[in-house]
Amino acid sequence: MNHQHYYVPEQSHWPIVAAFALFFLAAGTAHTIIHGQPLLLIIGLGAIAYLFVGWFGEVIRENQAGLLDNDQVDRSFRLGMGWFIFSEVMFFAAFFGALFYIRHFSVPWLAGEGAKGISHMLWPAFEASWPVMSPPDSARFPGPEETVDPWHLPFINTLLLVSSSITLTIAHHALKKGHRAVVIAWMFVTVALGVSFLVVQGYEYHEAYTQMGLTLHAGVYGATFFILTGFHGMHVTLGTIILIVMLSRILRGHFSARRHFGFEASAWYWHFVDVVWLGLFIFVYVL
Amino acid sequence: MDVASEHSTDHDAHHGPAKGFTRWVYTTNHKDIGTMYLWLAFAMFLIGGSMAMVIRAELFQPGLQLVQPGFFNQMTTMHGLIMVFGAVMPAFVGLANWLIPMMIGAPDMALPRMNNLSFWILPFAFGLLLLTLFMDGGGPNFGWTFYAPLSTQYAPPSVTFFIFSIHLMGLSSIMGAINVIATIINMRAPGMTLMKMPLFVWTWLITAFLLLAAMPVLAGVVTMMLMDINFGTSYFSAAGGGDPVLFQHLFWFFGHPEVYIMILPAFGIISHIVPAFSRKRLFGYSSMVYATASIAILSFMVWAHHMFTVGLPLAGELFFMYATMMIAVPTGVKVFNWISTMFRGSLTLETPMLFAIAFIVLFTIGGFSGLMLAISPADFQYQDTYFVVAHFHYVLVPGAIFSIIAAAYFWLPKWCGRMYDEKLGKIHFWWSFVGLNLTFFPMHFVGLAGMPRRIPDYALQFADFNMISSIGAFIFGTAQLFFLYIVVKCILTGEKAPACPWEGAEGLEWTLPSPAPYHSFTVPPKFED
Ligand SMILES: [Cu+2]
Repeated sequence: MNHQHYYVPEQSHWPIVAAFALFFLAAGTAHTIIHGQPLLLIIGLGAIAYLFVGWFGEVIRENQAGLLDNDQVDRSFRLGMGWFIFSEVMFFAAFFGALFYIRHFSVPWLAGEGAKGISHMLWPAFEASWPVMSPPDSARFPGPEETVDPWHLPFINTLLLVSSSITLTIAHHALKKGHRAVVIAWMFVTVALGVSFLVVQGYEYHEAYTQMGLTLHAGVYGATFFILTGFHGMHVTLGTIILIVMLSRILRGHFSARRHFGFEASAWYWHFVDVVWLGLFIFVYVL
Repeated sequence: MDVASEHSTDHDAHHGPAKGFTRWVYTTNHKDIGTMYLWLAFAMFLIGGSMAMVIRAELFQPGLQLVQPGFFNQMTTMHGLIMVFGAVMPAFVGLANWLIPMMIGAPDMALPRMNNLSFWILPFAFGLLLLTLFMDGGGPNFGWTFYAPLSTQYAPPSVTFFIFSIHLMGLSSIMGAINVIATIINMRAPGMTLMKMPLFVWTWLITAFLLLAAMPVLAGVVTMMLMDINFGTSYFSAAGGGDPVLFQHLFWFFGHPEVYIMILPAFGIISHIVPAFSRKRLFGYSSMVYATASIAILSFMVWAHHMFTVGLPLAGELFFMYATMMIAVPTGVKVFNWISTMFRGSLTLETPMLFAIAFIVLFTIGGFSGLMLAISPADFQYQDTYFVVAHFHYVLVPGAIFSIIAAAYFWLPKWCGRMYDEKLGKIHFWWSFVGLNLTFFPMHFVGLAGMPRRIPDYALQFADFNMISSIGAFIFGTAQLFFLYIVVKCILTGEKAPACPWEGAEGLEWTLPSPAPYHSFTVPPKFED
């Protein structure tokens, strides 16, 4: 460690703004769900938008002023982002774990197979299949009529997302070499691929709900399907917004060939979202 | 708002704290944030404690006297949630904030603004949680483990608010953990290699990894609850193909590491205090590090020991039984090391040392009852009785809580530059010690005899022991008000403390003056082993 002095940022009002915003977002979402009045939620969302623009804007300004050009701060940011992505991995792991448990334990048991097959007596007519087309209590949870064909829209989405990771990497390499026009071109392509992914996903959801009877309450397959793809879709949305911010920063001439951690962090995030998609494609759609 | 500035020794404009309330609200200072964490934890400790007093008052005699059973359920639930998430965890984060930068020779935490956010989320999260008590249908009443379907199909409407307050707490913990990791990995003084780090730093580093791996799973499981309750999914409903037992798997995948999140930093604290008052170096430093790491790894492989009676396949029962017992090995190494440190040391029994020794003895009792619970066939008898309550209170009260109190006495001189009153401290110790054992020891007996937990009434044969428990609880509770008095007295009128008030204490934090300057080290100190 070769630093002479430590860097400690000044006081900031953003953390308390963030705490307020998160509180309104959390309490507002709950309030909207229970009482159907979205006022608190709207305040929360507005506060979050204000917060993101304000806090990140300030960090970007500090960055441009060269205040964060410090190896130690850079390493702290890298550690922070890396371990944040690890926590995201664990978040998705919970949902994948639930999926595996349901497929390999609870559904077969309910159908009379395996160590706890005695639970078959609850719904003697239930037969195991994956996807679960007719859940044990089909009156409460009407199963889907059909499921999404993996080799149609999801396959297109796989191609879109994988190629977006490639184009982003090309952009990154160009940034390191200082070829800014190349960076801008490939960033446009990456953002376009991300947006197309979301459009296709939205179309797929629409079809699932309107034509396939595949809904959140279509029994446990619908639950796992929508929660996994839905949280992934939210991450793609966030990732796309981040990439758009990066693109606009590049257009304003931010980032140097040597130091551009904001860009790298968003690339890490995007690759992570891509890897999660591959897991989804295999375990939710194909298998 | 001014942008940040480079810190340097000749740049004193930014050294002192700001004036007024913005000092606390806008702060980026690890000491201010640590202080706020500690006071919040203490406030929550008193709130959760008063809920325990309600529980013990109701259980003073058999029959229903004071509260309705529904409210009793809310009290047991909230007591657990508040103590786990509101008292113990924030107290350890507060200690981490105060101590880690000083111990590793850093000026502050690595990500100071995020640090402040981690703290300020918490008052909102607990405000939201406590508000549920006043909502239609009351607050959470399904036990702190909130098992489905009690917490989904049969829960009061406020459960949705409960879910979001858990999300907020989880967010705070994750950010706190990231900060601790970045600080420890990136901000150590030159020369302080990993295997020279103080043990509190080591145990917190490992705790931070546990938090990062466990808290997102908790967020996932409450999200599934949210969807089941409000959006018609069937994760935890067998009618749709799901399984309520899935809830327990996910919850305990978080919940067991959570137990170690609440005890590993305590191990670190004890590993500082015991050597200081034995005037010897810690026995077996590296084995302490490896034991901590082994406990952390094992903690992710034992979760189903909480579920022996829900209907696991036989292979599962056996695996989780033996894996759980293996944790006794590294834990035994730790206890052995502490005792070996004291062996032939020149011991003095100041207040922190009294709490530390009580920790070793009583935590071991809790560990042994844990071993008993790990024996799957025997657990069928103990499950859901007061034996379980006795077990985890023995690891959490004289474990986590005693270590936090010991840490407070040990480092108070460093924090506020003043000594506490040693005589009052000793009184506080014995007062707590007696109260605690009166409260929890009889629970072993009523539990083994079959008294179920979480029920406001009980059969007559349990009456005597329950009355003893309740008296003990009131003794323990008032002792903590006395603790508050001691701390306030120390801060206001305590004697001035020297840089190192303890003869045998080692570590970079004792090289700083007392109270420690606002920014501990502005240039990296020389660290020599
Ligand atoms: Cu456990």
